[in-house]
Amino acid sequence: MAEEKKFAAYICKGCGLGERLDADKLAGIAQKEGKMQVVKQHDFLCNADGVAMIKNDIANEGVTHIMIGACSRRAKTEAFYFPNNAVTRANLREGVIWIRPDTEEARETTQDMAEDYIRMGCAEVKAMTAPGGNVNTGSNRTLLVVGGGVTGMTAALEASKTGYPVVLVEKTGALGGWAAKLWKRIPVHEPFKAPADTGVSDLVAQVEADPSIKVYLNSTIAKTDGAPGRFVVEIATESGGINTEDIGSIIQATGFELYDANKLPHLGYGKSPNVVDQAGLEALAKAANGGPILRPSDGKPVTSVAFVQCAGQRDPSGEHLPYCSGYCCNASIKQAMYFKDGNPAIDTTVIYTDLRTPGNGEDFYRSAQEKGVIFTKGKVGSVAANGNNCTVNFHDLILDDQNAQIEADLVVLATGQVPNSGVNIDMTAEEKADDDAAEAAATEASAASGQPMQFSKKVSVLNLSYRQGTDVPQFKWGFTDSHFICFPYETRRTGIYTAGPVRRPMDMVQAREDATGAALKAIQALENAQLGRAAHPRSGDLSFPKVRLEGCTQCKRCTVECPFGAIDEDERRFPLFNESRCRRCGTCMGACPVRVISFENYSVDTVGSQIKAVDIPDEFSEKPRILILACENDAYPALDMAAMKRNEYSAFVRVIPVRCLGSVNTIWITDALNAGYDGVMLMGCKHGEEYQCHFVKGSELGRYRLSKVGDTLKNMNLETERVKDLEVAITDIDNLPRIINEYAQQIVDMGMSPFKGF
Amino acid sequence: MAKKQYAFYPGCSSQKGASASNYLTSVESMCKTLDIQLTEIPDWNCCGASIGYGEAGELPRHVMNARNFALAETNLPGQDIVATCAACWLGAKESKERIEHSSLLLADTQEALKEAGLQIKVMPEIRHMAEVLVEDFGFEELGKHVKNPLKGLKFAGYVGCQTNRPFGIAGENFENPMYLDKIIETMGGEAVPYDQKVTCCGGALAFSEPEKAQAQIKDIVESAYDNGAEMIVTPCPLCQANVEIYQGHINNKYNTKFNIPVLYYSQLMTIAYGGSAKDAGLNGQVIRAPKLEAIAK
Amino acid sequence: MSANQQMAAKYKNSFLKEVEDQVEMGEWVKMCMQCGVCSGSCPTNFHPGWEHPPQEIFMMIRAGKREEVLTSPSMWMCTSCYNCIVRCPRKLPITHIMHGLANYAHRLGVAPKGQPTRAFSKLFWNNAIATGRVNELKLSIGLYFKDAEGKINIGQGIKQGLAMQKVALGLLKAKRLNPFEIFGGHKCKDQKGIHAMLKKARELEEKRKAIKA
Ligand code: SF4
Ligand code: SF4
Ligand code: SF4
Ligand code: SF4
Ligand code: SF4
Ligand code: SF4
Repeated sequence: MAEEKKFAAYICKGCGLGERLDADKLAGIAQKEGKMQVVKQHDFLCNADGVAMIKNDIANEGVTHIMIGACSRRAKTEAFYFPNNAVTRANLREGVIWIRPDTEEARETTQDMAEDYIRMGCAEVKAMTAPGGNVNTGSNRTLLVVGGGVTGMTAALEASKTGYPVVLVEKTGALGGWAAKLWKRIPVHEPFKAPADTGVSDLVAQVEADPSIKVYLNSTIAKTDGAPGRFVVEIATESGGINTEDIGSIIQATGFELYDANKLPHLGYGKSPNVVDQAGLEALAKAANGGPILRPSDGKPVTSVAFVQCAGQRDPSGEHLPYCSGYCCNASIKQAMYFKDGNPAIDTTVIYTDLRTPGNGEDFYRSAQEKGVIFTKGKVGSVAANGNNCTVNFHDLILDDQNAQIEADLVVLATGQVPNSGVNIDMTAEEKADDDAAEAAATEASAASGQPMQFSKKVSVLNLSYRQGTDVPQFKWGFTDSHFICFPYETRRTGIYTAGPVRRPMDMVQAREDATGAALKAIQALENAQLGRAAHPRSGDLSFPKVRLEGCTQCKRCTVECPFGAIDEDERRFPLFNESRCRRCGTCMGACPVRVISFENYSVDTVGSQIKAVDIPDEFSEKPRILILACENDAYPALDMAAMKRNEYSAFVRVIPVRCLGSVNTIWITDALNAGYDGVMLMGCKHGEEYQCHFVKGSELGRYRLSKVGDTLKNMNLETERVKDLEVAITDIDNLPRIINEYAQQIVDMGMSPFKGF
Repeated sequence: MAKKQYAFYPGCSSQKGASASNYLTSVESMCKTLDIQLTEIPDWNCCGASIGYGEAGELPRHVMNARNFALAETNLPGQDIVATCAACWLGAKESKERIEHSSLLLADTQEALKEAGLQIKVMPEIRHMAEVLVEDFGFEELGKHVKNPLKGLKFAGYVGCQTNRPFGIAGENFENPMYLDKIIETMGGEAVPYDQKVTCCGGALAFSEPEKAQAQIKDIVESAYDNGAEMIVTPCPLCQANVEIYQGHINNKYNTKFNIPVLYYSQLMTIAYGGSAKDAGLNGQVIRAPKLEAIAK
Repeated sequence: MSANQQMAAKYKNSFLKEVEDQVEMGEWVKMCMQCGVCSGSCPTNFHPGWEHPPQEIFMMIRAGKREEVLTSPSMWMCTSCYNCIVRCPRKLPITHIMHGLANYAHRLGVAPKGQPTRAFSKLFWNNAIATGRVNELKLSIGLYFKDAEGKINIGQGIKQGLAMQKVALGLLKAKRLNPFEIFGGHKCKDQKGIHAMLKKARELEEKRKAIKA
């Protein structure tokens, strides 16, 4: 590409722009104030003729930088696709004419708005360069799957079938995971009436027969280094040696453990061998091998059995698991059938508070009722063991009998899933101390009862060499789930996907679906990495953060704040960017106090110069100016959609899209206030536990930073209300215009900023 | 339209001198206009009604109905049985379903029927009169015969339970059936919307649990009044009787001043078709319906 | 041993099983999922509430509360409105189960004494089968002058009869109650056939139930 820069502005008169706006005047501004060398108007810019005109200018006139004054940057992206040029838009349609009334009185302020957007667009494009693409890519095409259970095996097979080689690492001596310990599984086919074969041996056989799946048994991950497309993974093998594999992307399918029943002594666990968890019952059923299931205490056939649902789950007290594992109701139904199918005379009672059998589980539940399994709605208080018998004491919730009792030979506790997600890298010291104490207690309880205990949460799964920690960050309750609505598979480590119950509680059907999805995402990630492209949500983006190390003060904010752990540290303790791990959120850019981080097409300067380009009318004009920095993921689209509905809002605002609230550098706000803006609104996604931020932590970090702006305002002697932080969801199409108008009114009432004209 | 023929099952309450005899009178008039020929099933017997359950048991209930089926089918072959009483229709239809569903029950039924010298060879269809009107005629056809539209009169169409649940009229919604409202409107009247359209009148419990039943009847009448109805219309003899005759008791107990006429759809239709108050059996109302009598030809 | 004791002994461990075998539509009880829609839909469950609304009765059967269920007046409160049936997500024939339970309790002789619906049901049926058709006058007289055990109770009858006097007069005036019914009134011709048929039906039903038990 030519080094010579040539700037061009194209102003569209279609979609009513020509009637509502003075296009000649806009063109004049682009030329004189915007300093565009080429300025053209067109009646219908996105049609073939308009696009051909731009292409011709690129090819024959040497145009390198393009500013299009037309519709929103979210519209007509295919028509205006010029991958080798720096391109921006002035949003005259959704940003101006669609949100303003078509009246004579409004004409002037509407035109003002359009002129400012032209000024902003010109200023922005001058500060941009076309992204050149990442050079630091790798081209490994092998997937690493950690965990050889149903999820892991499914992911491996799916990837292999799609044509990608797989390395599968399993820490035990055999493939199969939990499913291999089951006698039968919950049915997955019509008529959903009886327990079915697990199908695990078939899966294992398929994996073993697949030449492009390399299986390591009795092995763990000793170290994971690098980035998507160029991971180097060290595998500690059975022999004690280390094997190194070159990996493109990773699927962590490390599954779950049952909640430690040793923590439930009130339910009789550990007090009688006749109280077991669901795994315990599977073992008994396997031992029985189709014959009568025997009572552990004396080996006599069981004649009555009670299932206690939600044992240590859905516990509001905070002592046990707060969540529902979702699969254990069906599991108990299945286990009840182990008894009823063999001998209908065995009394089987399931005591539940809510029976949760989604989907075809309903048919399964009904089938159990037909088979004579009794379902009793009640809350179990305690299980007492007396010799070979157990008494289940419960509160019958229908008959409101506090002292209801059932005698049973065997009691099965439906404990839930605890994810095996490795070390919690975000744990505070305090949480860690609590955790250590809990683990010590559990060890003790297990020793006392002789019942096996849960795995330790102190052992890393992936041993990532990332500066932010050895494992994938956890979300709620130790699960590695991510944004629940928009992109469930993404973790906060690009190119590493978690699948199965490690991600969220689930059953085998869901786990297999999950595994398939994760395999496809992992393939996409390694392909993207090879091309230097970003993953979700800026998929395809070729820009990446560049740092001017000369100016860096080694403050480490960028390395700490990057939500995706993309930044390590080099030997000289400077930040070391791993572009292929980066999601292009710009949080590092927003964080850097000396502003040395930037993207080719998005930087402190591209936004800063837009802010400065706006024409600020004087104090007596009665035309305040409000800057809106709107997240491009939700807030900006919401504004566009408000415009499509012709929801009107104030002509005093000037909107600039930002990649994420996390990318907002406080200097923009200070600059805006100094330049005489009367108010600044920040629109970003919800943060916290129910976050909607597309970069998970971006909006939270951004907000934290912005909370400090109060001091700046105080120093400038300005009202704190002049900066407003808003949580915006994509659905706020009708709210947003209202909120903007209210804020504009508030600013008018407050009076103009005294900083104008300096 | 050609004459339509049905095997008629009047049921105990619609006989001459019984509690729903006015129903029978109006049905006869209505059928004359519509050219429907009802032939009473010879020597029919009681359907057992829902309330008989306590004493009867299952099979005896079914054989009572089966006897009527056998008689109808022998004497009036090929004709659907039509009942005017909701409870009779429901009880008969239920017996038919059960017998058809179970070969064991069918065998037992036949064995018992033999004692009365009868046998079911073909199972007849069991229809309610309202069903016949809606399905075999349709609102448009019903409307063609209107000579004296019930202009300006406001009715609360009270569907109640047993023509509505569990079988109901095909295509109707259990919670808000529309057929009765449509009949009212087809006859030129106004059907007021109100929220007790399908509330139970208490059924047979009006006798044994008057307190409970009257509380329900009160809700029905009150809601009809509150929504501007001048009369209540129903397709069921038990509904008609319960809602009409207990208004005095309710007035005493709840200090209300209820006095709303409760009519059958067939009475409305008879008047709308140009019949006299007598043709419609309006003299059979315990609470007279002066507004309807006034409009009658 | 009474019929009741015999049955209790036969099914000593499982009242649910007893209901499945002996009660009309009893095999459905196990299918209830305890959602409570029936109890919420039942009109007579509110003025005041039933002792045990349908959902609860089903749970009690499963919990083996034989005595409480069979002696309860609850199922006698059913008006046959069929609201529960059309709303039950599990399609239980609740109305019929209520009737079946009531009938079973009545057969075993443990249904509540003096329960008015029980008495009415008995009266109604006997009235209907006597001649093949219901004699509404005799039915009313029976209702108000006899107690649940079928004994004539003049005092009670006069009280209730007086309360109903207005109603009866209204019907009389409207020619919807015929005083001559007392001398015979509506009836079927083949009464003999009907009686024989019903006798057979009872025999057959008892035989079927006995096989199950
Ligand atoms: S869609 Fe955009 S580019 Fe096309 S005519 Fe409309 S404003 Fe112009
Ligand atoms: S699936 Fe069932 S047993 Fe498991 S936690 Fe949820 S409600 Fe409880
Ligand atoms: S903060 Fe965002 S833009 Fe910066 S390195 Fe991390 S992922 Fe990339
Ligand atoms: S935030 Fe900026 S100054 Fe701090 S370490 Fe990163 S690049 Fe250097
Ligand atoms: S509505 Fe049906 S499922 Fe629900 S409680 Fe009643 S009987 Fe049971
Ligand atoms: S049919 Fe009986 S049990 Fe069912 S809702 Fe009506 S009154 Fe209640």
